[in-house]
Formats: sequence, C-alpha cells, structure tokens
Amino acid sequence: MHYSALSLVKQALSGNRGWTRAWRNPEPKKQYDVIIIGGGGHGLATAYYLAKLHGITDVAVLEKGYIGGGNTGRNTTIVRSNYLLKPNSQFYEHSMKLWEGLSQDLNYNVMFSQRGVLNLFHTDAQRDAAVHRGNAMHLNGVDAELLDLDGVKKLMPHLDFSRNTRFPVIGGLSQPRGGTARHDAVAWGFARAADSLGVDIIQKCEVTGIRRAGDKVLGVETSRGFIGAGQVGVAVAGNSSRVFNMVGMKLPIESHVLQAFVTEGIKPLIDTVCTFGMGHFYISQSDKGGLVFGGDLDGYNSYAQRGNLPTFNHVVAGGVTMMPCLARLRILRQWGGVMDMSMDGTPIISKTPIHNLYLNGGWCYGGFKATPGSGWVFAYTIAHDKAHELNKDFTLERFREGSLIDEKGVGASPNAH
Amino acid sequence: MSQKFRCDEGGAIDRRKPLSFTFDGKTYQGYEGDTLASALLANGVHLLGRSFKYHRPRGIMCAGSEEPNAMVELRTGARKEPNTRATTIELFDGLVANSQNRWPSLRFDVMAVNNLFSPLLSAGFYYKTFMWPVSFWTNVYEHIIRRAAGLGTAATEADPDFYEQCHEHCDVLVVGAGPAGLMAAISAANYGARVIIADEHAQLGGSLINENFNVDGISGKDWAARQAQKLAGMNNVHILNRTTIFGYYDHNTIGAIEKVSDHVPQPAAGKPRQRMWTLYPKRVVIAAGATERPLIFGNNDKPGVMLASAVRTYINRWGVKPGSRAIVATNNSDAYRTAIDLHQAGVRVVAVVDSRMHPDAPLAAKLDALSIELIAGKTIGAAEGGQHLRYVQLVSTQGLTADPQRIDCDLVASSSGWNPNVHLHSQSGAKPIYDETIASFVPGQSRQAEVSIGAAKGSFELQDCLDQGRAAGAEAAKLSGFKGRLIKTASASDDDAYSIEALWIAPTPYNKSYKQFIDQQNDVKASDIDLAAREGYDSVELLKRYTTQGMATDQGKTSNVNALAILAAQRGEPIPEVGTTTFRPPYVPVAMGNFAGHTVGYQFMPVRRTAIHDWNEKQGAVFIEAGMWLRARYYPQSPEDTLYDCYVRETNATRSNVAMVDVSTLGKIDIQGPDVAEFLNRLYINNWLKLPIGRARYGIMLREDGVVFDDGTTTRLGENHYFMTTTTANAAPVLAHMEYYHQTAWPELDVVFCSVTEQWTGIAVAGPNSRKLLENVIDIDLSNEAFPFMAYGECKMNNISARLFRISFSGELAYEVNVAADYGEQAWLELLEAGREMGVSPYGTEALGTMRIEKGHVAGSELDGRTTALDLGLEGMANRSKHFIGKHNSQRPALIGDGRLQVVGIKSVEAGRNLRIGAHLVDDKVKLESVSQSQGHITAITFSPSLGCGIALGLLQDGASRHGEQIDAVSPLHDEKIRVEICHPIFIDPKGELVRA
Amino acid sequence: MLRIECPWCGVRNEDEFSYGGDASVQRPADGGSLDEWYDYVYTRDNSAGQHTEHWQHLNGCRAWITVVRDTITHEIFDTAPASPNLPPGSGSGKKTNGVKS
Repeated sequence: MHYSALSLVKQALSGNRGWTRAWRNPEPKKQYDVIIIGGGGHGLATAYYLAKLHGITDVAVLEKGYIGGGNTGRNTTIVRSNYLLKPNSQFYEHSMKLWEGLSQDLNYNVMFSQRGVLNLFHTDAQRDAAVHRGNAMHLNGVDAELLDLDGVKKLMPHLDFSRNTRFPVIGGLSQPRGGTARHDAVAWGFARAADSLGVDIIQKCEVTGIRRAGDKVLGVETSRGFIGAGQVGVAVAGNSSRVFNMVGMKLPIESHVLQAFVTEGIKPLIDTVCTFGMGHFYISQSDKGGLVFGGDLDGYNSYAQRGNLPTFNHVVAGGVTMMPCLARLRILRQWGGVMDMSMDGTPIISKTPIHNLYLNGGWCYGGFKATPGSGWVFAYTIAHDKAHELNKDFTLERFREGSLIDEKGVGASPNAH
Repeated sequence: MSQKFRCDEGGAIDRRKPLSFTFDGKTYQGYEGDTLASALLANGVHLLGRSFKYHRPRGIMCAGSEEPNAMVELRTGARKEPNTRATTIELFDGLVANSQNRWPSLRFDVMAVNNLFSPLLSAGFYYKTFMWPVSFWTNVYEHIIRRAAGLGTAATEADPDFYEQCHEHCDVLVVGAGPAGLMAAISAANYGARVIIADEHAQLGGSLINENFNVDGISGKDWAARQAQKLAGMNNVHILNRTTIFGYYDHNTIGAIEKVSDHVPQPAAGKPRQRMWTLYPKRVVIAAGATERPLIFGNNDKPGVMLASAVRTYINRWGVKPGSRAIVATNNSDAYRTAIDLHQAGVRVVAVVDSRMHPDAPLAAKLDALSIELIAGKTIGAAEGGQHLRYVQLVSTQGLTADPQRIDCDLVASSSGWNPNVHLHSQSGAKPIYDETIASFVPGQSRQAEVSIGAAKGSFELQDCLDQGRAAGAEAAKLSGFKGRLIKTASASDDDAYSIEALWIAPTPYNKSYKQFIDQQNDVKASDIDLAAREGYDSVELLKRYTTQGMATDQGKTSNVNALAILAAQRGEPIPEVGTTTFRPPYVPVAMGNFAGHTVGYQFMPVRRTAIHDWNEKQGAVFIEAGMWLRARYYPQSPEDTLYDCYVRETNATRSNVAMVDVSTLGKIDIQGPDVAEFLNRLYINNWLKLPIGRARYGIMLREDGVVFDDGTTTRLGENHYFMTTTTANAAPVLAHMEYYHQTAWPELDVVFCSVTEQWTGIAVAGPNSRKLLENVIDIDLSNEAFPFMAYGECKMNNISARLFRISFSGELAYEVNVAADYGEQAWLELLEAGREMGVSPYGTEALGTMRIEKGHVAGSELDGRTTALDLGLEGMANRSKHFIGKHNSQRPALIGDGRLQVVGIKSVEAGRNLRIGAHLVDDKVKLESVSQSQGHITAITFSPSLGCGIALGLLQDGASRHGEQIDAVSPLHDEKIRVEICHPIFIDPKGELVRA
Repeated sequence: MLRIECPWCGVRNEDEFSYGGDASVQRPADGGSLDEWYDYVYTRDNSAGQHTEHWQHLNGCRAWITVVRDTITHEIFDTAPASPNLPPGSGSGKKTNGVKS
C-alpha cells in the first residue's frame, strides 16, 4: 500500500478501515540465504539494501523483542557527519546523503529535519580544534561553517552569553545539513520497505545459539527453533559481545549505559541541534515539542537500560549552564540505552574469522545517524563477501594492526569515547 | 456571586484567608488550602485548556498529579512555567495563570478546526505524507507542525530562582502519607528506626482528607492530623511534605523533589525554589496509593466529565461542588461513595449507573436510603455538550439494542477501577503482575529493599491499609536491625468491600462512531489503538510509540492500563500476555534546575588559581584557561597593547635578557621509596636506573596501546626521593595511571607517591641573564661547572627554602625555582626585585608557547592521543631492552609503517601571510572545493620574533623525510590557501647550546 | 546511585569513584606476544552478569579496588583491594549492598 496525501484522504473517507499491516508477521522458514540478527534500524536497513540493491530477497531479520526497541528507539535522534578522521567522515557523509532521500526511498516519512548541528566552543584551543575538524570536513566533501559569537546568537538566541559564566561561548562549528530524524519511524520505514521486497521480519524470536561446522555457520538456534542460513549478519549493537560469545569470540567492545532525557512539550524554543563544549551535553527539540537531550555515559559496564543520578545531575548542570532558561522546564522521562563501546570509538563493520558470519557493531554513541549508511555498507559486505571502500577501514583487525580510528585520541578506554 | 460552587462548610481550607488570583486575565477568589483547580471549580470555571491535536475544549478531570488536561502557564516573565497542572498548584495571593495552546482565545480557538479533519489525523498520519516535494519537510511542513505542536510557551530569560541538593540517610523511607503510610511511619518510628515520610501534599493524610472516612471514632481528617502531630513530635522522624518521590535507582537510592517555595509568589530570600533530595534508606515502604481510571465512552473528554474519586476530593478536601446535576458511572463498588458524598454536599445525583448487572446489595441499599436511582447493566455510551457537558446517553452493557437513554447532567463522575501506583516498584527493577480480581497491575516480586502496601499494593479497603501499614513499618524497622513492639491497631468504620467487573470500553449509542479518548492529553482515541494494531504496531511498546499514548506530560497515569486492555481485546489475548510498559523516572515531571543544583553558571566547574594569581591580576594580565587553572597569557603594558605586541616583547625580553613565568600549574608528583627508579623505568620509555642524585631527566610516557600519553621531567632529589612533573592537562590522569599500575600490577615495588601540584609554586627564570639574576638571591654556586644543565639543588632564596632545577622549556639558559606555595607570591616578588636593575619582566603562556614552537618542543596539540614517540621524533629516547608501558603495542605494524603523521616545522613562503592552526596540508594540485586527501595539518603557530617570520608546527604524513618540500596549507572554512615549506621542527639553536651556556 | 564499599573507607557513592574496567584481564609479561598484548589491551568478555572490575576511590583514599558486580542488575557482590593475583570473582563473598537482604 503506497502512502501519500491521497491515500490518507481516501482512507479518511472510509473511516480508516482500509489500512493494512505495515509489515507481515510471518512464521520463520527453515532456511534463508541471509539471516540478520537484530531488528533495529541497522539490521532492517541491511535487509532492505540486500533486497533492493543486491537482489538478495531470501532474508530474515530476527528480533528478540519488537523492532526498533533497542538503541534505535533510545537515542537523541541526531544526524550529522561532522567528523575529523577521513574514514569516519566519508562513511557518515555517505549515510547523510542516504538520509537526504530516505523518506521518499522508503515511502515512509522519517521526518529527517536538516535543522543544523552546532558545536559550541569556549576556548581558543577548542576553536583551533574546531577549525581543524571543520577543514577536514570540507576536504571530505562535508559542509561546515565556523561561526563567531553573532553567528551563534542567531541560531541559539537563549544561551548564556554573559561573561558571568564559567566558560563563556566564543563561537561554534556548524554543520547546516545535520539535524534530526524521527527515530522509531526509521525502523518502521525500513521494516515496511524491506517487507515489501520479500524480507521476513520475525519479532519475538531470540537467537540463543549459532550452529557451526568448523569455521562456517550453518544457521541459528532461536526461541522458535533452528533456522538455517547461508550467511549471518549480526547487527545487535549493545549486545554484540553476547552474540559473538556464542561462537567463542571476544570482541574489542564493552557495553555501557547511556542515558537520554526528554522534557515536557513546549512551543518551539530550540531550532537547531546544539552541543555544549565544556561538558557533555547535546540538545534538540522534537517536532512534538519535547526537548531531547543527553550527555555522558554512566561510565561502567552495563546491560541495564537504566542509568543513575550522578550522571543525570552532571548532564543537566551542563545544560542549565549553557542555557539558563532550561532550569524551569520539566523533565518528563529518563531512560537508558546499552552502547556498544568499541576500543577506539569507531564502529566495526567487518568480516570475521568465521567465514559467513559478519559483524556490524561498536557504534558507541553514534549509531543512529549511521543507520542507512550502516545498512548500505553491511549489505554490500554480505553480498560481496568483502568490505566496500567506505567500510574497508572499519575492520576487526585494525586493533591488532594498530590502524586505529580514534577521533578523540583517548586510546583503549571505551568509557571515554 | 463569588465562589458559588463552594460548599457552606467543610474542606481542609482556611475560609478566613481569602486569596485573589487571575486566570486568563480575569480575577477570582479562593481560599488558602485551595489548588488552582479547586478554586476555579468553586467559581464555576471548568474550561481550562485545549487539547494537543484536535484543540478540543478540556476541563479538570482529576484532583492530583495524574491530571491530563487542566494545564496552564503559571506565573509570568522569567518565572513562567508552561504545562503546569492546575490540580497541583497551591493557590497563593496574586497568582497569575493563563490557558495555553489556543488562539486567539480559550473559548474561540481557530485550531479547533482540526477536530473536523480528525479522520485525516489518525494515528501516525504524519508518517504517511508530507514527503513531497523533498525539500518541503524541513522548510514547510515541519515548520507548521512544530508551531502547532508543543503546549505552553517557555520563558527565555534565565531562571531567577535557585535549586538545592540534599542527601539524607535513614532506616525506613515511607512513600506517601495516606492511611497506610502514616501507620507505617509511626510503626517503624516506634521501633526506634530513623524514618523519613514523604508526601506530595502540604498536609499529611492522603485519602483520609479526600474521603469521608472515620478512624478510631473520629473523622479521617482529624485522625490524620493527630498522627501527623505525633510524627512531628518524634525526633527520629523527618517529615518531607510537598515532596514527591520521583525515582527509584540502583542500590536503594531514591530521588525526591521538595517544592519549597512553589506555594508562595516567589522564594523568600535565601530559600531555594525547590530542593532535590537523594535519599539512602535501608528499607522502602511504598504507600503511594492508587490512581483511578476513567471509563472510556464517546466524548469522554468533555469538561464536566471527571474521575469519581476526584469529585469526592473536591467536595471533601476543598469544599467544592464540581457540578449541580451529577451522574455517577462505574464498574466497581468504590464510586458509590461519590454519589453519597455528592448527595451530602447538596448536589443532585440523578443516578448511579453501574455497568454490572448485579451491584453489591449493601451499596444498593445505601443509595436507596438516600433515594438515589441505581441503574444497573448500563453505562454511559456518549456524552454531549458544547464546551461543557449537557447530557449523556446511557447504553446497555449487556448487548441489548434498546434506544439509548438520555439523561441531562453537568457532571459525570466516572470510575473504571483503580491502578495501584506501581511506578516506583517498577523503577526499582521489579516487574508488576496483572491481578484479575482488581483488573489491574500489582507489585510483583521485589528486586530491591522495598515493599508496597495499601492501595499501592491493590488493597482498596481502609482497614487493610491501616493494618498493612502497621505491619510493614514494624517489619521494615526489624529488617533494619531494630527491636520493639507493635503499635496498637487503628480501626476504620463503615468501609465497604471493593468489587469490580472490568469494562474497558463502552458500546456507542446506535453503534455510531464517537471519539473515545484513551490518552486525553495526546488525543489518542480507542480507534487509534485499533488502527495501530491493525497496521502491525501491535506490541505495547510499538503501540505507545506509534500512537503516542502515554507519552504526554501525565505519563499515561490514567490511560496506560485502558490502552493495554483495548489492545489485548484487539489482539484477542489476555492482558497479561500483552504485557505492560516499563515505568521510567521521573514519576512526575521535575524541573531541570533541581538536577543541576548549584553547579551552574560560574559554579559549573571550579576555578584554580596559582599563588601568583593576585599579582598577575594587579598587573592587568590577560588570563587563559588551562585544566581549570587560570594562567597569565600575556601582560599588556598599555591599553593599546595587542596579544601580538605582548608576546613579541615578552619573547624578546627572554631571549635577550631575562624574564619569569609562573609554571605552578604543571602537575607535580612526589615519589619515594627504594624502587622508584624501577617504577620510573616501567612508566617512561627511557632509562632511569642510572639517574644520579641531583639530576633531572626528560621522559616520555606511553599509554598501554603504545601511543604517547604525557611528557615531563623527573628529578632525583635524594637516594630514594624523586620529583615528577607532568603537563598541566594530564596532572590528574598521570597520577591515577601510576596508582593503577602500582596497585593492580606491581604492588611488589616499594614506592609511595602523591600529588604535590598545589603544594609548590613553580617559577621559571629564563634568558641569558637568568644566572646573574639568581646569583643575587640564591645561596648556592650556579656556575656551569657546579650547576650544569639538568642539575638540581636545594637552596635558600633569600630566607625562603627553595628547590632549584636547571631545566628549560624556552631553549634559553633557564632555571626553575620551586618554593612552598605559601611563599609563592613572596618568592615571585623577591625574584622581580632581584632582577629589577636588569629589567626583568614577567612573561605569559603565549610567549612560552612561541618559544616552545621555535624550539620544536611538542605539547598538547601534537600529543593528540594518536601520535607515537616515533611520530614525534622521540623514539630515540626509548630503551627497548627494558620493559615499559606501551612497549609492545607501539610496535604494531600500522604504528611503525608508512603514512604516519609525523611532527614537522612549517614556514610560510608567502611573505606577510599568517599561518593558521587547523589548516590542512594538501597537495598543490588540489582545488579547495574538491574532495581531497589531507596529508596533515598545522598544530601550532606563532610569529617568531627571533626569525622575524611566521612559523608553525604540524603533523604531516611521513613528514620526517619531507623537510624542504613545499606544500599548500588550506583552510576552506576561511577560503584560504598559503604556500608553505616543510622543515625541521627545531627552528633555533638546533644543537641546544644556549641551554648549556 | 551505585553504592560501592571501599575496603578502606566504607560504603560511598559512585561519584567518588572512577571506573577502571575489566579486572580479570591478565597483563602479559615483558616479551609476551603481540597477540597476548592485543588481547590484554583490546578484547573483553564484556559479560552480561557477574563482572569483576576495577574502580578507583578517586575522590577518597585513591585506592584501586576490585568489585564484583552484576552488569544486568548492578548488584554488587564483593569488593576487595585490587591485586594482580586476585582470581576473578574471589573475595570474602560478603554481599555489600544492592538488593534486599
């Protein structure tokens, strides 16, 4: 069923009785060419691009809960490609380009809003780093603008611009094409589009084991029985280690909890995405009116989708310092997501030592914005059994070889990326 | 007449204290003890707001924090609070509130036209359209949607009030001061336990104040007052009234918000607006009560349709009649009380409509005695009216198709049963379970040290609540280690047994289509849930996200279970199969200021100042941030002096004469013990075993992954005594790093160490005349023979004990004097005096930076966490025959292969053009606007007074072998391109002769 | 709020501590293979459930300690002074906090 203004009118006139399922609810088959473990945005996007671009339609996406229920639905919805290092910059920019036509491609409005992403800076050293990064963005074909104080004031008029704050703002680096998207809609849009190309989306189907013969995977054991597969892609960020534990592999990944928050809905107050430079705080306003914000990891290994108060307090202190009128707005919900923190802060989209098993993980905080790009290169990698130019550096081997992609330069401290 | 819906007597209000307030510009009167909602109802005002999507008129449905509709913008200016529930606002004199989400007025709202287009605005409609043309989403559609969405308007000025954070430990925390909570608190306190009892109201009592109960022969209200008095008199009890427990976190930690000043026009001097409590109870007794569900019928959102319990609360707590012709509609026994209370308050009760065929006989008899009609087996199918309820249509719940029965009324009191408040229980990590007998979720197995009692546990009879409180308080005290005796029981009179037959949704009159609202604030209708399930969004979580049910500011308190039940019916599965969503903190929305507390604005992070800071300030120095320190960046001599003027002057003074800089911010670690040399040998890449006493050495530390971590000098002060310096930024990380290895890996090394950064003031005296200056004040021989480069000695500087190091960052003959920080300013002044005749001057970090670039010393911008010792030209220092941290990983193939970014010097070949930090180094064939490959970048720049030109350091691919090459430095952000030459990073005195002079 | 028992100072809030990661990884001896060093620096069990980890009582006595904690419930089972010889999960077995007794 095609979605359009016309279909809405037609349905409205017939009491909205004619809408059909956005995706089927099939029983799993005995065997698939490709199984994707994980029905989040990345897994669903992978299935979609496998079917659409590589003609591989005998695909199942296995999801232990409901689709989009992990980090796809737990993030702060920011989309950007403002990276310093070339492999990141080019990959995320590819993803950005996919975002720019995604609603039309999927025939599902993911509300991709290019309202801009603004990183504030407060010291000369931060400005120098912003110039370094902004120039790298330009050289990689990404848009970037360096803003002085007046430029920042135009985008974010209600920040604390007084001198009587610990770290006065002196400028910002902006990526005008960055912005936000409706996170749940991304999962649903990919699910619906993949389903229409023949992909089976199987919810409430938990993978409990991976059956192998030597270094070849035969299929997966699930809560709904064994399902055979020619190839298996794993896209379960947050839980990558648990799945690879099933094949006896340890990954360069730790799972950490990241909290996010939303305030009560209010009329438009913040028109861009803005990050504070002296604390970990980023904020935007959803189309419904809630201010969505987040900050730093709680800092310890965790699989609990819940955070604690010290980080909560610290994040909000950064926010109120940046924008003092926030103090009276009320926080409506606090939740946590489990992040796949890789050892250099960069994702792993890679073949593995097991021949037909592929890993898509280590997304740290950055997975949501990568969703279409991640699915796109992962589908390529599975279809061709080799990495695409865009993910050739995102290997597992890079840690062993020393070819790390460490944006922050903090080394093997996953909770510091 | 004012307050014509106020009862003649009753209510916990003070009728001697009338208060005046305005709503939408009109002035009204209320009494102390009122909420804004009760005062408006007393004045007959029912229309308070417009709904989110359809802009339907909305009134007051509830009496507490579960209210979905009655939200206002409270106060004005910088204190404006959008979306504030009228039902939770304590009235004060002069209160100003305005309705929100309407234009031009509350009564006539243009956007109400959405109501007509509602078939187009079904659940998730926005996912199906607004996609064409492509650019229209951000620029047109979203713009319109954003302005239509949202509710109230936020203040844009800084919040003038402040917020406090407090912490408190206790044995037993009692959440809620209703009958169960009061008994639990007294019971636990009687055992000697330290008790905190928190309640969101000003007055303790909960339902005892809302209801017309009797306990121990007196009115519930009076009984509660006595218990409150008793608790107030116990010194092991802390009463936190006006306090909401909002979150249950790990390890039995609880978050609470106390509304200290929200009931007054503005906080008294020195008082916070609100206070956030972090509570650490050993045991938690959750007596948080229950929330009533509304019946779901057509137009159930009309102003005048209220919860049955809310109607009782307005009568009993505030002495307000919410209407004059009432219908009570229910599926359970509890709402009968509403009919009786209404009747007693003088409100005409037209009928009690019980959806059950066989209501409880004792209740029927009670109605009969009051001549109130009881209609069984029917329920309200739809409500009708304009901006207020005018009549209802009753329909059969038994499938009978008779014509609906019309009854005129201006008030519906509806009850679909009660949901125990399992929020905190769920937040604690536990899973609530469905209980068929009360048709709702009750607490499951505890995961932390908590227990739910009373209505929060699903016990809706007063005597049970009192008894459970008594037992739970005692049990919690016992589990906290107290012994004692149970308090005597309290006995409730005339409490009716609770019974319910679930009715999740009413049939509609003539099976016509009506809007049956589940989530009133977000305008989610039963048909939306039905649609979502048909489209495959049929798990609770998908449903919630697709329809937005439960996502509004009331957090679905009155709608979640109804939505779940309707979904279960649609799926044809029992409710427990469909599950429930996880409850997330906070229980009620909490102002952000609470979480920030005092650490905002200038207090966001501490400011560190050196001992010489005051002097620097007096000199008019310009400061710069470095690791929270304020360091003097340069010293203007006149108002016209620029940064450039200053650092050139200061650099020249150093290179030609003598100058001083405050280096106190460097990290300093005192290390002692017989194994220090071995410890340093493992920490640094270079060798430390043969460092003589009285000598300093420069060292490089790696991280375990082989990348450079930090650099600095370490000096051997004595046989077993060493003194390490780190960079300013890494002072704390280096100490933690050393502690980590010493304690977790090498405890066999006999060393002790601690940070002495703040104990010592460091002053570098640099320049060809530095020796001459120091000889005026230092009591040891400073000749090159006696005190060569890298020498160390203890000495007296005039009368101050000092440590003297002959080390140099500037590349000049230089010394560093360390004195106890208390003598820092004095030492600085004495050195200035000693050099006065020579013309000594201070220099700041900018000149320091200039000289380090001229000397090619790497610093923070080159130690970027990605560079190795090899990249920085420092690999020659490494002694690979010994073990050191990072030794093996630094030899990984990609870290020693081609293409590494290596440190280089850079000179502009275009005279008069300045270089720029952050410019990238690219091949000259590359066009600025094209996607290219950066080969490196500039990390530090300065104008070199010594060379008379702009110079820079940078990191360049394979840079060490490219000296002499020309390349472009580009800054596309500035549309800038400069030709540069790559050179050796040491620009002056490459052999280091000056420092040894 | 995690409440962590420092063996020297008693039970304190998590914000007095800093996290040091998996304590069960064994640091190879000098001369260990690159594979061993790779494993030590990069790969982790990242277990869902009981996890032996390092914390430092940074804003307290500065001791590094070993904590046995559940990464799903955050329950803490044991804390002890850090030691290179501590086998994972060992300790007094005394439960320090976290859940009902």
